[in-house]
Amino acid sequence: MSNEAQGRRRIVLVAGVTAATLGLLATAGCGAGGSGDSGGDVTIEFAQWWEPELPDGEFQALMDEFEKQNPGIKVELISGPYAATKEQLFAGAASGTMPDVVGLDGAWVSDFASQGVITDLTALMGDVGYDDSELASQIQVDGSTYMIPVVNFVYPMFTNDALLADAGVDAPPTNRTEFADAAAAVTDLGDNTSGWILPLSLETPNGIQNDVMSWAWASGGTMLADGGPDVTNDDVTSAVEYVQGMWDDGVIAPGSFTMKEQDKVEEFTNGRVGMMIDSLAHINLIREANPDLEFSISAVPAEDGYEGERGIPYASWGIGVAESSEHPEEAFKLVEFLMSQETNAELSSIAGAFPGNTKSTPDFVADDELFAEAFEIYQAGYPANEFTGLPVAEQLMRLFGEQLQVLLDGGQTVEEMLEKTQAAWEAEF
Amino acid sequence: MQDVIVAPAPPAATPQPPRKRRPFRKTAEPFGFLAPTLVLMFVLMVIPVVLVVGYSFMDNVILTKEPEFVGVDNFVTVLTDGVFLTAIRNTLFFTISSVVAHLVIGLGFAMLLNSPLIGTVSRAIFRALYILPWLFTAAVIAVLWRMLLAPNGVVNFLLDTDVEWLASPALALGTVTFINIWAGYPFFMVSLLAGLQGVPAQLHEAATVDGANGWQRFWSVTIPQLRPIIISLTLLDLIWTSQQFALIWMTTGGGPVNVTEMLSTYTYKLAFSRYEFALASTSAVLVLLMSMVLAFFYVRHQRAED
Repeated sequence: MSNEAQGRRRIVLVAGVTAATLGLLATAGCGAGGSGDSGGDVTIEFAQWWEPELPDGEFQALMDEFEKQNPGIKVELISGPYAATKEQLFAGAASGTMPDVVGLDGAWVSDFASQGVITDLTALMGDVGYDDSELASQIQVDGSTYMIPVVNFVYPMFTNDALLADAGVDAPPTNRTEFADAAAAVTDLGDNTSGWILPLSLETPNGIQNDVMSWAWASGGTMLADGGPDVTNDDVTSAVEYVQGMWDDGVIAPGSFTMKEQDKVEEFTNGRVGMMIDSLAHINLIREANPDLEFSISAVPAEDGYEGERGIPYASWGIGVAESSEHPEEAFKLVEFLMSQETNAELSSIAGAFPGNTKSTPDFVADDELFAEAFEIYQAGYPANEFTGLPVAEQLMRLFGEQLQVLLDGGQTVEEMLEKTQAAWEAEF
Repeated sequence: MQDVIVAPAPPAATPQPPRKRRPFRKTAEPFGFLAPTLVLMFVLMVIPVVLVVGYSFMDNVILTKEPEFVGVDNFVTVLTDGVFLTAIRNTLFFTISSVVAHLVIGLGFAMLLNSPLIGTVSRAIFRALYILPWLFTAAVIAVLWRMLLAPNGVVNFLLDTDVEWLASPALALGTVTFINIWAGYPFFMVSLLAGLQGVPAQLHEAATVDGANGWQRFWSVTIPQLRPIIISLTLLDLIWTSQQFALIWMTTGGGPVNVTEMLSTYTYKLAFSRYEFALASTSAVLVLLMSMVLAFFYVRHQRAED
């Protein structure tokens, strides 16, 4: 071998070993880092999925305002889509590298709290002397608060006014009988229209929460007893029987078993469905996609003759603080800022959601008739989402969904369905 | 009888010429060249596989701070779960139907494209056309077919029906299998076309001279010539299809009820919906064992070819 060739060979060898060593070092180095102090400033990390869902730059502007009000504290936003944030937080929980402040969904709270990765906010609020009287709600596990809902997206009933008018229905239904009659009338119009739409996809089983259980909550019902599952009670039984009745009458849009929330919104937007229960957050989406669609918003119908307060399903952007945070007080300052009357109203306005601070009033309530109507419904009832704070909430919905599919497919009775669901849920609690 | 142990003579007693040892540098050199690959394989394959196998013998890992060793409890739980058995049945149906259809359709199209009756330009156009499904990612395929097969979708419009292709428990498994067949046949087609183009024309000419008809030439010339490719492709496709996740998850999510539940969706749900990471690891280990059987045959076939 020539000297030159040997030299080349040696270079390749050295490069190989160096690359391998660097690779190992880099792997070993992963996981280090996190929040810290830089030049006297405290930097807190805030992981959430909210920034990408808001108009460009709006959320960062709020953070800039916070930094201005709190000199010495810097906020580093870690933003990603909902699903990515969820995975990142679960991975962070496992490896003990949670960001200081975390955006939370009610469905995760119980799991994180039992793992001990999010901090007890009741204790923290006590330590910093925070007055929680303005908070609309707090999500608790074993009597301690772990999440504060920052803004809430409610799920009222949407009605396609033109379709209802064609079917001879003058006003949105207010009770179950009226709803079933209206659904049948719209279905009778033919031309692929259906009265109601029910997404039961097992991939994203939130239809159980928003479209099925909402019938029980709207009549003041519950699916829990003493914090445990109680799906065989009269409230849930009557809601499931009602849904089955509409299924048997053929007034529900076809394709339920694999339908997801976005399919539901699409069918409604295209004018093929008379009524749906859906998030208020979709109003703008529907208006943009079909500006000609005439629709209105009302409370989810209750049982005939029910006069009490109506539970209205909702989803929240919640907030919590990591147990492992080195700067819990600074982290809570950010929570306090987001929950303050002014900031909370502003965030609600840009998100098109309802505030988590009872004193805040978002701008859109004054500007937009539909939102104003929804705000009225929100204030007349109470936010009801019993899945929030339950362990493996999504799995509970999926288990319910699986049994409901068997029922609707004619494979079992309502009693059998609810008993099996009850047993499956008890195993998860 | 006593064992007789003969002690080796002390080296000092009979001085031997020092064994010629390869210098350390010479021995280590090949490992130096291999180092980057070895490190990558170690970090990206060995560590995760060993961790997952370890998890399958512990109680709920990741969520419990100090998981305990539970022996084969997790394996008993998973293997006695009715849904797991349903998932195995569905995966077998899905995989075998897909692979057989991939092979038949792929071979059919490859032979059409290889026909001397087709001109070069039309061959190029059809080749591009037939290969399209393979270029889409699983997400695109799922969205596309969900829209086509929706109750108010194009397919029902064209057929003038109102069938719930993906939402009906009776049809869902067949429908997702069909979608997977559509998405996967081009891989067979392209590979077999390359194989067909390598079959020497003389063999066909000789067979024709011997009086063989088209059918006989297909069975006695084409198929034997393609056999090594067909076996490799089939084994690879069996491994890939049995692990198909994205397509199932994005079209049916394993439903309605459990009719399209596969081993992959079952494992995913255990991990990311129930947060039972130990059970999910157990299910993954079982899938790994099944895949290893196929991989064993694949490697053996490759060796035999060499």
